[in-house]
Amino acid sequence: MDDTFKPSRRAFLRGSAAVAAGSVAGAAAATGPDPLITELQDWTSYTGVGVDETPYGMPISFESHVVRRNVEWLTASPISSINFTPIHALEGTITPQGCAFERHHSGAIELAKPDYRLMINGLVDQPLVFTYDDLERFPRENHVYFCECAANTGMEWAGAQLNGVQFTHGMIHNMEYTGVPLRILLNEAGADMSADKWVYVEGADASSNGRSIPMEKALDDVLVAFKANGEALRMEHGYPVRLVVPGWEGNMWVKWLRRIEVTDMAVESREETSKYTDVLEDGTARKWTWEMDAKSVITSPSPQMPIKHGAGPLVISGLAWSGHGKIARVDVSKDGGITWETARLGKQGDTKALTRFYLDMEWDGAPMLLQSRAMDDTGYVQPTKEQLREKRGENSVYHNNCIQTWYVNSQGIAENVEVS
Amino acid sequence: MSKSPNLFIPAIGSSALVLWTAFALMDRDQVAGGVDTLETQIGQVSATTTAATLVAGGTPAEPAPQIDKRYGLGRAAHPEEIAAWDVDILPDGRGLPEGSGDVWTGEEVYVDYCASCHGDFAEGVDNWPVLAGGFDTLGNKDPVKTVGSYWPYLSTVWDYVHRSMPFGAAGTLTVDETYAIVAYLLYSNDMVDDDFVLSRETFTDVQMHNADGFVVDDRAEAEYAEWRAEPCMENCKDTVEITMRSVFLVETPPEGGSNSVMNPAKVEGLPSFTAEGPSFIPVAAPKAAEAPAPETAEVAAASDGDALLEHGEKVFRKCSACHAVGDGARNKVGPHLNGIMGRTMGSVEGFKYSDGFADANAEGKVWTTEEMVAFLAKPKSYMKGTKMVFAGLKKDEDLEAITAYLASFSE
Repeated sequence: MDDTFKPSRRAFLRGSAAVAAGSVAGAAAATGPDPLITELQDWTSYTGVGVDETPYGMPISFESHVVRRNVEWLTASPISSINFTPIHALEGTITPQGCAFERHHSGAIELAKPDYRLMINGLVDQPLVFTYDDLERFPRENHVYFCECAANTGMEWAGAQLNGVQFTHGMIHNMEYTGVPLRILLNEAGADMSADKWVYVEGADASSNGRSIPMEKALDDVLVAFKANGEALRMEHGYPVRLVVPGWEGNMWVKWLRRIEVTDMAVESREETSKYTDVLEDGTARKWTWEMDAKSVITSPSPQMPIKHGAGPLVISGLAWSGHGKIARVDVSKDGGITWETARLGKQGDTKALTRFYLDMEWDGAPMLLQSRAMDDTGYVQPTKEQLREKRGENSVYHNNCIQTWYVNSQGIAENVEVS
Repeated sequence: MSKSPNLFIPAIGSSALVLWTAFALMDRDQVAGGVDTLETQIGQVSATTTAATLVAGGTPAEPAPQIDKRYGLGRAAHPEEIAAWDVDILPDGRGLPEGSGDVWTGEEVYVDYCASCHGDFAEGVDNWPVLAGGFDTLGNKDPVKTVGSYWPYLSTVWDYVHRSMPFGAAGTLTVDETYAIVAYLLYSNDMVDDDFVLSRETFTDVQMHNADGFVVDDRAEAEYAEWRAEPCMENCKDTVEITMRSVFLVETPPEGGSNSVMNPAKVEGLPSFTAEGPSFIPVAAPKAAEAPAPETAEVAAASDGDALLEHGEKVFRKCSACHAVGDGARNKVGPHLNGIMGRTMGSVEGFKYSDGFADANAEGKVWTTEEMVAFLAKPKSYMKGTKMVFAGLKKDEDLEAITAYLASFSE
């Protein structure tokens, strides 16, 4: 440690100004008139592109790095795999469909609306078949919900693994869905809606991913959705129809939904036994762990979003969510959990939807250990990694909602770390 | 249902329910009483809203859709349709069709359809799932979760193999093949003897190893009870040390995807933290050279406009689970396909071919358009014993397109 010094607070503040000076960029540091202002620029003189240049608009080329990305070595084949939402580069709460994470078990399929059929059978008075057009004739609702894969942050059980919030927390998206309450369709078929019944849902793709949902949930807030963020679902998210199971793990949000069966027991399909069950330290496993517990993460600064502007005003921005209801409060720590201050919510949280939080601060250039801690309106407080491991061990890959730590050094570079 | 899900139903939810009911009643009254005047309707709406508001004790809720009305949409499902789609098997065996399969037949079918990914001994190839063994590993940090060590229900195995396997040709196994494969998997896991025949009748004789290994979600009692408490805000710890740094740095190249690189950095030399702040300020590293500005990526638009090739590319998706083609294509479960058209059969280096293709190679047979079309139309009958698990392309236009597509990639 010879190349370091132990500063008093005051001495440090003076020192940090020097650190900052080197990295202050652009207009603020300009010593003379800025040619971007004083000289006539091409874009101010020549005309731009006409309408219809891109009948369906894509983000401008300067934003081409804001894309979903996969980590190839995590899975055997990209057809049964996952990629990650670039949450580090997004703001607000709505995830654009084009960069919302994908998880397929047998690839994304092209299923046209005229070829689409939805069957309801099992314990119903009348088994029914609906076309896509039929679904658009039932009363519909609009709701914003997050969809989080149960394996989001799963790598991190084993300690800090992947250096980027996109990769540690990017198996999540948040969209406004338009769809028919499942309850309406169950009622249409005269389903047995007693509380001990189950609804088994499956998709039309080759994996035929099927999950069992208890009747109480099916009647509560589940939607049979056909639009997201105002437009048709994307192929990779289940076009033309997917299930929306608010607050519950993403695997249950069956895509290309083709069948709804009312049963008298859980089917115990592959996806709810061999997968999406949580092995505990003693080797027993929890099953039916449907709800996604409250969780939050700072998206900027983060490893992919270093502080580039040096000392001075800094916006800490992050996301919080809970499968149990609304986000009531988010606290942020800059010292690895010794001291906490309550962050500002971008807007009051919607139930089972992403909530944006901010902490507006003056950064003095000192290293930080940034953490965020969400609380939902059931009073649940997001646990530390240590608390989670104490309860569950490290044998599972699912439902890791631990408090995340970023180490931010004096240059503003952030890294995924684990702390005592 | 033995589980009582911990559903959170906010107050607004119950007020909406009251509204739904109120509106449903209102609708029926109107139907019974004939057409109402607009004034009466408005009166009823506002009365209903007021009532609901009183119940909710707060913000007036919006009217909700009628959820308990029959809309008369859709049509009755035919029994044949239900039979075609309703093939799931329940844990007690309900849904199992008539049929049977023994261990030795199972081994043969398994080698044909499953071994290319799951390995000859169900040990798993590359990252594909291991299906056998792993006993006594569930208490480890990396448990090996196989049909033998982990799966609690036999119904799940049958159901999944029958519906979703083989990968890339789901739904093509017959009932008897499925019984046989499942019998073989049980044998591979030492759960039955080699003379075992699996059928609807013997199904319930099988005891799954981990049948009692699961508990229904108990987070409410085990965790929530403790973690629903006002959290600490100040002096919550004395010191905080960094105990681990990210194992991988992740590069995010402009063309997409990511590259994971081992992080050489150590925790030594990093500051610790107290309520006073960091223990020291690490001296700034020399400033990294200014990163080059990202090039304005003018990606050359694909201009060939060849509809046949485009269609071929789409058809190729059916192959891409096992085969790669194009720049940097390597052997996967199947050989890479660069330069396949016009090449001698069974000639990709480093790929272990079936006997059939090895023989074709010895005979010097060449992949012409005709041979390729014949093979892809019915792989198993064209080449007996091929390891390729693919049912075949039915449409002539698909065959034409895939052949043209493959021909567009040279070695």
